[in-house]
Amino acid sequence: MEDQNSCRGGFKNCLNAQQTAASGLIFKERFLWEKSREGRCAISIPTQDVEESPLDASFIGDAPELPQLSELDVVRHYTRLSQWNFGVDSGMYPLGSCTMKYNPKTNEVQAAAPGFATAHPLLDEDLSQGALEMIYNLEQYLAEITGMDAVTLQPAAGAHGELAGMLAIHAYHAKKGHQRKKIIIPDTAHGTNPASATLCGYESINIHSGEDGILTPESVAAVMDEETAGIMITNPNTLGLFEENIKEIAKIVHAKGGLVYGDGANMNAIMGIVKPGELGIDVIHLNLHKTFSTPHGGGGPGSGPIAVVKALEPFLPVPRVKKISSASEQLSSKDECNLNTTASKYTLVYDKPDSMGRLLTFHGHFGIMLRAYSYILSMGAEGLTNVSKLAVLNANYIKESLKDYFHLPYNRPCMHECVFTDKFQSENGVTTLDMAKRIMDYGFHPPTVYFPLVVHGAIMIEPTETESKETIDQFIDALKSVAQEAKENPAILKAAPHLPKLSRLDEVSAARKPVLRG
Amino acid sequence: MKEITELNLPENLKYSDSHEWAGVEGDVVTIGIDDYAQDQLGEVVFVEVPEVGATFSKGDQFGTVESVKAVSEIYTPVSGEVVAVNESLADAPELVNNSPYENGWIMKVKANDLSALASELKNLKDKAAYLEMLKG
Repeated sequence: MEDQNSCRGGFKNCLNAQQTAASGLIFKERFLWEKSREGRCAISIPTQDVEESPLDASFIGDAPELPQLSELDVVRHYTRLSQWNFGVDSGMYPLGSCTMKYNPKTNEVQAAAPGFATAHPLLDEDLSQGALEMIYNLEQYLAEITGMDAVTLQPAAGAHGELAGMLAIHAYHAKKGHQRKKIIIPDTAHGTNPASATLCGYESINIHSGEDGILTPESVAAVMDEETAGIMITNPNTLGLFEENIKEIAKIVHAKGGLVYGDGANMNAIMGIVKPGELGIDVIHLNLHKTFSTPHGGGGPGSGPIAVVKALEPFLPVPRVKKISSASEQLSSKDECNLNTTASKYTLVYDKPDSMGRLLTFHGHFGIMLRAYSYILSMGAEGLTNVSKLAVLNANYIKESLKDYFHLPYNRPCMHECVFTDKFQSENGVTTLDMAKRIMDYGFHPPTVYFPLVVHGAIMIEPTETESKETIDQFIDALKSVAQEAKENPAILKAAPHLPKLSRLDEVSAARKPVLRG
Repeated sequence: MKEITELNLPENLKYSDSHEWAGVEGDVVTIGIDDYAQDQLGEVVFVEVPEVGATFSKGDQFGTVESVKAVSEIYTPVSGEVVAVNESLADAPELVNNSPYENGWIMKVKANDLSALASELKNLKDKAAYLEMLKG
């Protein structure tokens, strides 16, 4: 039997022992338009069983232009395209929860349950009790995890959640009778933060983190005043570091009547360990499609709930799901269908005069909520805590293993992600981009590059909790090997990747002269 | 990426800490991004220019430069009213890379107060001081 690591004699893509990828047969595939043949069809239209009736000419336009294909043409087309792809189901994807972590398949099974998947969003409350109960319970779980008082699941995704959070802060100040003008945003916060603040009419006041990548109370105190609505803070921050002065910063902001917005995109590092509500945060958004393991391939849908303290609850979007306990006389104990004696009824409440209004149609992205609910129930409290412990342990393991090979700008314990730079390799003219491309030849997805912006040539690695030690070791070996190549053979990195279907793309021409139509 | 000694920094221009250059002719100042900035950004793929007639104060953001790596805000080194923008950047953003001081200029502003302009220019760096800053 051939040793799986041996080089298959004479082939040009002779593989290094660390590489988990091998060459293989890659199909070419043409556009569907090129495969189209007049009259070819994948469906049989049912026999017409009603009389033809004339249609007003003004309703008749040209038939839509569609490629004409057989079923097999279509199946092969998309199967082949999928084989060119690389996803978390095919290999390690060190973008981590920052983009999307592994989605356990049980979540898909639960979300596909016909009672949920086929429920119409306009069904009466009486026929939507299961859906409303799920929404209510998920809100309660997220309130517990964040240590906050109330949750809305309505926002469509993270940036929408940020906007909802800022609208709540805006509504809070308006209700108090004095609208403020500014909001503080540190350079280690997420880039969407200033956009959300601007949409609410606030001017962003940018402040710098300290030398160790951590925000200092002094820098906040220097700019916080009674015209400042609050601060938007990402914790752990985009450097993957825990903002350890958060409590003191919250105190400074609260003392001047401001509020603290927490960007919860990095919640994967602290679940079950720290509750944002106990740190002085007043409103935080969560990304169900990051921390709570729901898919958002192809750009959506996500789900970006916000959790708030009591003082902000009146401003949350409507409708709110309310639980009416079984003690209520509306529920008959003789109801034969009511097998559960403690059954409650769930109802939608619209009458909230201070509410910011509706943010999304129907119940929000319901299918995504179901997956998160399934994830939380299947992990349990201990499981969720272990997620964060392992995510942080794995990131620190990578940081320690690679810090002699790649420059580490902040040499201190990290949270769920670690940030290196290309400083050592740039001496040989090798950049972060070259190394990110080369890592593909080793069978790994490239990590996040050139982010966070405060680090020059950043390489940000987030392994998440789901990767085994064996896989992480392979990844570490691959990166060590890339560092070695950067010294000995920079040319191989400059032209990388070599093994994917397409090699280095001409991103410049694509951006300057995009061809947007086939 | 260029070494600091390889940078092209004309003597007759003034430079801001955020890497814009300013070239003065009477009360009209031509503004663009310098060789260091274009080199750091890499291949520029889009330049967002302001509208003619807009007015800016020194330090205001007047546009963005997008490269394959990042979108960067650009800040005006002097105050004034925009009297011209470089229309050719719409079809050829690479001019910023290939000719940062000639064909890759971004906007021209007319100062409405010459003494204020003089003091703003005084606060910008000449080639030597700018190089000193880059060397850190």
